[in-house]
Amino acid sequence: MPELNRRRALTAAAALATAAGVQTIAATSASTAPSTATTPSAPAAGHADHHSPASFDEVYHGRRIQGRPVSGGGHQHHGAGYAVFVDGVELHVMRNADGSWISVVSHYDPVATPRAAARAAVDELQGAALLPFPAN
Amino acid sequence: MTVRKNQALLTADEKRRFVAAVLELKRSGRYDEFVTTHNAFIIGDTDNGERTGHRSPSFLPWHRRFLLEFEQALQKVDASVALPYWDWSTDRSIRSSLWAPDFLGGTGRSLDGRVMDGPFAASSGNWTINVRVDGRTFLRRSLGTAVRELPTRAEVESVLAMPTYDMAPWNSASDGFRNHLEGWRGVNLHNRVHVWVGGQMATGMSPNDPVFWLHHAYIDKLWADWQRRHPGSGYVPTAGTPNVVDLNDTMKPWNDVRPADLLDHTAHYTFDAA
Repeated sequence: MPELNRRRALTAAAALATAAGVQTIAATSASTAPSTATTPSAPAAGHADHHSPASFDEVYHGRRIQGRPVSGGGHQHHGAGYAVFVDGVELHVMRNADGSWISVVSHYDPVATPRAAARAAVDELQGAALLPFPAN
Repeated sequence: MTVRKNQALLTADEKRRFVAAVLELKRSGRYDEFVTTHNAFIIGDTDNGERTGHRSPSFLPWHRRFLLEFEQALQKVDASVALPYWDWSTDRSIRSSLWAPDFLGGTGRSLDGRVMDGPFAASSGNWTINVRVDGRTFLRRSLGTAVRELPTRAEVESVLAMPTYDMAPWNSASDGFRNHLEGWRGVNLHNRVHVWVGGQMATGMSPNDPVFWLHHAYIDKLWADWQRRHPGSGYVPTAGTPNVVDLNDTMKPWNDVRPADLLDHTAHYTFDAA
């Protein structure tokens, strides 16, 4: 069951998470998944200038939403240093200067946390599957 | 010379021609290129990094140039067409003629947000949402749901009264006219309208809804109104600002136009009323 494997991967050591992630994430999202998963207590490399919010993992309105700090290198997180997923597909999020968050599906409406942005995205999607954002 | 008119004052023939030109750009594939460009900038523009189209001083000249390019594309289809603007501080009801079936069509149905009437309804077969983040290919709206009220005229006036164009740190945390008009701070004008419309208009792919152009044509007019009120206030910053488009820097994606080239709209179009 990919969901369970993925959950374990998120809480395992980084090396294990890397291997498990490649096996369990759908091909389309693998290309955007961070190569190194970090635990909530480990600050993301290169983002010492501000604290990244803690990871989260929950089922909201029947859909798995996850968030975690990521290292900035090699991926297009545009300085957010944080990745959010809806049912395993990455949702593009962005942190504003005042600490609030937006996502590509609610881009003009800041909310307080990346979890709130993920929940707003689930509300907006009304059950529709998220498509991976293009690596631009 | 192009004259941009208030959408509420368009004749039936003007509405018909505008809609037909938009549909032709869609049919040819040109329309979706504008959606793609806008989304690329909205994803790429960050408060602490390079920022050009949004959350930065160049928000206004960038969108002025973007709208000019779109308007010129419309005029290649029908030379009589100009971009109308939507004064949402006046036409602030879902019963406005803007949302009638002969123009943009109305709000979405409650089940899934799908717009059911007008020329851009999915059922017309002429308006498939191709540039998107999810599986839904139909135009969606939820007028007045996520936020109840559009900005009032008094709120617009309070922003037009701000004498300084923009301020450091030149992003979503700035004080000054640009960021209050954009809406990251204060009473919130531009951002709030996107949220009020809902559907694709609330996303990075907001130009999927043709009302995007009418909204931004009014934002653009408010910039012109502000300039007339504050003739001594110019675009800032003027030089040497990292990650930010200074007055004489060229702007992506065109790389051949500077904010300085776009301050005077009368070189390109005028408005029907001051």
